[in-house]
Amino acid sequence: MAPILDIQNLRKSYGQTEILKDINVAIEPGDFLVLVGPSGCGKSTLLNCIAGLEPITAGRLTIAGKDMTEVSPKDRDIAMVFQSYALYPTMTVAKNITFGMKVRGVDQATQDAKLKEVSELLQISQLLNRKPGQLSGGQRQRVAMGRALVRDPALFLFDEPLSNLDAKLRVEMRTEIKKLHQTLNASIVYVTHDQIEAMTLATKIVVMKGGVIQQIGTPAEIYNTPANLFVADFMGSPAMNLIPARVHRDGHGHRIEITRARSEPLVLADNRPLDLPQDVIIGLRPEDIAEAGYRSGEAVQQAPCMVDMVEPAGADTYVVSELGGKPVTARLHAETSAMAGQELDLAFDLGKASYFAPETGERLN
Amino acid sequence: MTDTTYVSARAGTRSTGQRLGRIALRAGLYAVLILFALWYLMPLFVMLTTSLKSLEEIRTGSLVALPREITFDAWKTAWSGACSGIKCEGLRPYLWNSVLIAVPGVALSTLIGALNGYVFAQWNFRGANLLFALLLFGCFIPFQVVLLPMARMLGILGIAGTIPGLILVHTVYGLGFTTLFFRNYYVTIPHELVRAAKIDGAGFFRIFWSIFLPLSLPIIVVTVIWQFTQIWNDFLFGVSFSQSGTQPVTVALNNIVNSTTGVKEYNVDMAAAILAALPTLLVYVVAGKYFIRGLTAGSVKG
Repeated sequence: MAPILDIQNLRKSYGQTEILKDINVAIEPGDFLVLVGPSGCGKSTLLNCIAGLEPITAGRLTIAGKDMTEVSPKDRDIAMVFQSYALYPTMTVAKNITFGMKVRGVDQATQDAKLKEVSELLQISQLLNRKPGQLSGGQRQRVAMGRALVRDPALFLFDEPLSNLDAKLRVEMRTEIKKLHQTLNASIVYVTHDQIEAMTLATKIVVMKGGVIQQIGTPAEIYNTPANLFVADFMGSPAMNLIPARVHRDGHGHRIEITRARSEPLVLADNRPLDLPQDVIIGLRPEDIAEAGYRSGEAVQQAPCMVDMVEPAGADTYVVSELGGKPVTARLHAETSAMAGQELDLAFDLGKASYFAPETGERLN
Repeated sequence: MTDTTYVSARAGTRSTGQRLGRIALRAGLYAVLILFALWYLMPLFVMLTTSLKSLEEIRTGSLVALPREITFDAWKTAWSGACSGIKCEGLRPYLWNSVLIAVPGVALSTLIGALNGYVFAQWNFRGANLLFALLLFGCFIPFQVVLLPMARMLGILGIAGTIPGLILVHTVYGLGFTTLFFRNYYVTIPHELVRAAKIDGAGFFRIFWSIFLPLSLPIIVVTVIWQFTQIWNDFLFGVSFSQSGTQPVTVALNNIVNSTTGVKEYNVDMAAAILAALPTLLVYVVAGKYFIRGLTAGSVKG
């Protein structure tokens, strides 16, 4: 299938400042692409370039196979949902939703039919005669989505659409957006700084930093095999434990030695066929460290560790212990008897362990 | 026990004292404010009473006394009979001239100012800041400086001494302020609104017309009041760029007051002055509350 959006060697600079450096991304129809990164990473600029609201400095951008470099936003067959919703304040909800069609000279009957369809889909039929000022945040969000949906575009663009909502509403709307994507099978590019939103919504994630793409992949790929230390640290909550370690080779594979301030070094074996240098940073997700006896498998090894802190979080309890000079978080079951200041046998599962080069931060395995 | 009684009694006197102090302060404040209000209303009072007196009574009575006998003769003369130069047709034709100048002048300068402000606030272009600075500079140019070049311009355009000429002058010199008003108002409107409308397919004028103008009532009122007052009260341009028959009311008033032969008709002068000032007064009364509201209007929440 031809990609619905194809970006090749895109660059964007303001004067001397280069905001986006050599961006290459493509998505298939029906893909949900999430651009994620810390603020200032260029993700919103990239979205504006796709929308045509910012001209690109170099490169090629096609939507549905057509070159968009010189095409104005209105002719790109896109719809966009903004962070501030950007509803027209003096128009009613109905007029907000139909404004685009009115501007494009769509006949009244079609407008009415579309309005009805979309407002029923989003459950905003009872709000059609209100002004944006009379709506709650969640309702405005729905209207903004209605304005996009009614256009039936080739590509939807979402610019941090949930960041103005409170936590509970955000989770609700997240589910709704996911449901909409599944029902409509729409192609979506979605910008967020929230890595949980990225993980839950995306079929494909682009992690950006400083105008450079760090990694492109499915949520599982990004989560399980982060391409570098930045992605490892940014994606996942609590973050991946990144522990400096020393590698010794033996007959079977590698022994990973992690220093500890108050006791003997912790030595773990990784017998996967790897080729690691002497100094590495080992990345372990909190769920790869469990209480002894609750985890089994070939790569699981137990060791007593001093518990520095216990953080119950309801479904799980997080336990922090110092390893390699870093506080390391382990995800334990809720009923654990772990107590701060006492030793606890922890089970380390190295089956999914990541290794990074300390100097470059790049992934080694 | 006695101690506590003593303390509470003292606290009681203190609070009574404080209350008295507050009342005194309040009374003083009102006294000062009323005094100032009277001071500022005094000229209007004198004008009104004088305009209702006969010449005889003005000569014999006190300046601040109420009229013994109310007569509207002076108002009639001011309206349709007072002489300026050799013509004796009162203020009526000149009032009409002023309306013919002020209404299109206000409408044009407000509309163009709105469009300018919209461009400066929402459509960034190369050199926008410099251009805006120059426009602002235009607000502070003393008008005497531009009299001669403007006279030459009007001559070239062939509209010297005509009402369209005066409309042009007022529109051009109003733009600095009207642009500033609208620009500062539109700056508070989020840029995402324009972006959303662009993606919806609306163009430059469509966005202005459908989205920005409907939001602008408060600032339109401010600009209209400001411009109307400026244009109506203008004397310098009026006296410089008009000729017999196209003079605005301010110039005519001056001529009436200055071209008395024989006895000075103070009552007619006063009535004429009030007549000339009435329209601006009316605008303030009708739209005054929007004026304050518009000046302090903050951001527009979507």
